[in-house]
Amino acid sequence: MIDFIRTLGRWALGTMERLGRATLLLVQILTGIPELMMRFSLVVQQLFYVGVLSVLIILVSGLFVGMVLGLQGYNTLVDFGAEESLGVLVSLSLVRELGPVVSALLFAGRAGSALTAEIGLMKSTEQLSGMEMMAVDPVRRVIAPRFLAGLISMPLLAAMFSAVGILGAFLVGHSLLGVDDGAFWSQMQAKTDWYEDILNGVIKSIVFGFVVTWIALFEGYDAVPTSEGVGRSTTRTVVHSAFAILGLDFVLTALMFGE
Amino acid sequence: MIQSKQTEILVGLFVAAGLAALFMLAMKVSNLGDFTDEKGYQVTANFQNIGGLKPRSPVSMAGVRVGRVADIKLDPNTYDAVVTINVYPQYDNIPLDTSASIFTAGLLGEQYIGLQAGADDFYLADGDEITLTQPAVVLEQIIGQFLYSKAEGE
Repeated sequence: MIDFIRTLGRWALGTMERLGRATLLLVQILTGIPELMMRFSLVVQQLFYVGVLSVLIILVSGLFVGMVLGLQGYNTLVDFGAEESLGVLVSLSLVRELGPVVSALLFAGRAGSALTAEIGLMKSTEQLSGMEMMAVDPVRRVIAPRFLAGLISMPLLAAMFSAVGILGAFLVGHSLLGVDDGAFWSQMQAKTDWYEDILNGVIKSIVFGFVVTWIALFEGYDAVPTSEGVGRSTTRTVVHSAFAILGLDFVLTALMFGE
Repeated sequence: MIQSKQTEILVGLFVAAGLAALFMLAMKVSNLGDFTDEKGYQVTANFQNIGGLKPRSPVSMAGVRVGRVADIKLDPNTYDAVVTINVYPQYDNIPLDTSASIFTAGLLGEQYIGLQAGADDFYLADGDEITLTQPAVVLEQIIGQFLYSKAEGE
């Protein structure tokens, strides 16, 4: 019995410690960002790895998600004779929900896991301690640029996802199913609001980018420096990011669209 | 060095593509593109009931959009709704005795103002008022009237 309570206590203490270390890391990153503006080329390099290399998966998934939405939405709407509303259905679901959420999940899988593995490996091969020996702060030199790159890439990727998804739905809806293209666009424009819908979606994606990159970097920085430890951290990045994204999405939706 | 140049170009393309996607969402998907409506001349019309008409609702003539609702106010004396309509400048030959009615696009669609041209030799100009108006048809009222008249007939 005592053993059980002790295990519980150790688990609770461990979790709190990790949370504390994560917050400390975040503070260190944030204080490093102004300095980073002087050496923006570091961020550009990371934007390439985090952002540019994620474009393909985002575009392909966006296209298919949009096409599926178009097909499914049409099948439902046609029963009510409201197939012209397909544009509204697709644009609102993509811009408000699917764009930010699905692209953040893909981003966690594609870029987040890579960040964790990279930093975890740097730690296990003692590159990070090597930097410290040379009086280079690894948080400012290695971690902060990656954080900023993730924060910048995420909203751009989510916007691409939504835009390509809407084009995919238009492709299916107009060319395949014969929805009138004028009605498709005009109903969409009449019902989609720039501030209410699109900007809120952008805010969501910025929040997701913040959280996913933070989790990925912390897991890498805090990884047990063995090959097994790096592997477990990478898994944890994807799992925790997915939880954080879906949980935060509910909170953000309740704040933005709930009355 | 060449490597980093290539990286920079690709990152530039990435950022440009992201911003272009956002721009497309703004202009093509949302209603932001409509804010660039050309400024035309303003005419007013008084309606007894405007139903679900909103600012920025379309104003059309023979099905062609000729303007937008700019503003809706309540007249404090007559308790009528005063609707200000912004008519696009290229439609400057709308007769003075044109009538305005409020229609619904489809059974459950958006409400809009439809204009029927009159035969006057003078044209509407900035600040004029359309005097011939027909209020919005409120479906519940019609159903109510129908039931009432039905009951009365028996």
